[in-house]
Amino acid sequence: MSDRKIKLQIKDMTKKYDNGDGVAHINLDVYEGEIVTFLGPSGCGKSTILRTLGGFLDVTEGDITIDGKSIIALPPEKRPTAMVFQSYNLWPHMTIYENLAFGLKLRKIPKSTYDPDIKKMLELVHMSGSEKKYPGQLSGGQQQRIAIARSLLLKPSLLLLDEPFSALDAKIRQEMREELKKIQNDLGITVIFVTHDQEEAMALSHRIVVMNKGKFDQVGTPEEIYDDPQTLHVASFIGEMNFIDADGKTIAVRPEDLTVVKGTDKADLNATVRTSMLMGHYVSLTAQYGENIIKCFVDRDVAEDLEVGDAISLAIGKHTIFKDGVRSKA
Amino acid sequence: MFKMLNPKRFYYAVGRKKFLEFILLAVFILFFYGPLMNMLMLAFANEYTVPHVLPEVWGLKWWGYVFGQKSLVSSIIQSFTVAVITTVISMIFCIPAAYSIARFKYPGRKIFMLSFLLTNAFPKLGIYTSIAVLFYKYGLMGTYPGVIIIHMINSMMFMVWLPSSAFRSVHRQQEEAARDVGAGPIRTFFKVTLPMAMPGISVATLYTFLGSMEEAQGTMLVGLANIKTMPVAMYGIVLDSSAVQIGAVFAILLIIPSALMIFLMRKYIGPEAIAGGFKMK
Repeated sequence: MSDRKIKLQIKDMTKKYDNGDGVAHINLDVYEGEIVTFLGPSGCGKSTILRTLGGFLDVTEGDITIDGKSIIALPPEKRPTAMVFQSYNLWPHMTIYENLAFGLKLRKIPKSTYDPDIKKMLELVHMSGSEKKYPGQLSGGQQQRIAIARSLLLKPSLLLLDEPFSALDAKIRQEMREELKKIQNDLGITVIFVTHDQEEAMALSHRIVVMNKGKFDQVGTPEEIYDDPQTLHVASFIGEMNFIDADGKTIAVRPEDLTVVKGTDKADLNATVRTSMLMGHYVSLTAQYGENIIKCFVDRDVAEDLEVGDAISLAIGKHTIFKDGVRSKA
Repeated sequence: MFKMLNPKRFYYAVGRKKFLEFILLAVFILFFYGPLMNMLMLAFANEYTVPHVLPEVWGLKWWGYVFGQKSLVSSIIQSFTVAVITTVISMIFCIPAAYSIARFKYPGRKIFMLSFLLTNAFPKLGIYTSIAVLFYKYGLMGTYPGVIIIHMINSMMFMVWLPSSAFRSVHRQQEEAARDVGAGPIRTFFKVTLPMAMPGISVATLYTFLGSMEEAQGTMLVGLANIKTMPVAMYGIVLDSSAVQIGAVFAILLIIPSALMIFLMRKYIGPEAIAGGFKMK
């Protein structure tokens, strides 16, 4: 990792709102060509960080550098960043072409230069032929494509995406995700992505920053975050997780890491089958263990043997143990 | 063809409900456009006396008369001058005020907004009288600035509330996106915010212009005899019953700019645009 160029550096950055909310002492290095996602529930401060990067919020303390140069004193129009918002990105009184050309014209680029660029970019986002349309004539997903195209045309050092797909329906969201990843891969640009959708974060990112209440809970690759959660919040926020309380500690185990055996005292825990649901190639089964309800994913042939109310034993495979909300090394 | 005009036949052909609607519409049209038609005929008739339904002699005699009278022509010029100046000055003052109400949260914002309603909440004559006391003190009675101030007071509510709602309907993200691609705050305002708010602003401008064109009460009181706009001149004409046809010509002259502007801005004038202006947020 050390040989890679650092693109963005956030150094001990604090942003406090008048009401005391905000983020404090944020430190993060983002490398060139990386997609880093800020993931967390609403109000955790992820958008606050993104807006300070874009220049729409002033920082209270600390510094932000891009390519080694501090940007905190610059207004948004002077920053080498481009931002795509959740919605209302486009200007409805301009055609798609005018929307795309607006920033290029401001940079005094001659039309003969940017015209082919716009054509190429529209092709890249699969929107060729929409030049003369108005944003109101496009669907939500198409509008977001144009917004991304507009940002990319300005060749930003850093592309900032503020929940750009959250207003779209599930299927289009998936498509847009894949396309974004492909575009990013082709162009090699650095992307900061903000979302509250853990699935989106897992699918897109090289690294994920899981946030909670204005703090970083964990920074790591999707694999690290999924397999090795450092706090109880990360464990509960990412993927499905069972929490079993034992002697003041909490054992966190994923449904796929539990093995179900028919009968009593065959493995770690004794439980009874509560519900069983066919999910396709596997069965999602919930088991009653004392007060706890434990979810496990089992193969169909195992599940066929089991009836609701049957006694089963659960073997705990890979798991993590938390004490007071933090991962315990024991 | 003429058989269909038999009321009985018509009644059974279209049904009871439609028939009643038709009658209602006919009455409404007669009530609404009848006087208008009469006025049109009055204006374009050289001779038009009581027993005749249509003018005896058509012609432009009265138009010639109106445009031949210096005082009447000057009232037309004064009206347009006052209306244009009022509109421009209230745009200069009210649009920034509207923007501030829409975009910035400051203490007293709602009171500021309501204060524009106050001028319309009290009997106008009372306000004009107390303004006259002040105007005498500052030497504004019988002057253009005095009359223009009166006209502006009347239009301020429209001129602040409608554009403010129009500015509010521009999403902040749309402004931020413009900043993001490299436009400074001033360019963002003129290239993004203002064009997007234009429908609301043009409706307000229209109201201001038309309101100023037809304002008579305040103009008479404050303008004394020096400022004679068309509506003021109308008073004099109406008092003289022999000049009914001059009145008709004048009325048409007053209608032309309104009709023209409403036609040009018909796209923007709708119940929503107007209702939107009266939302307090």
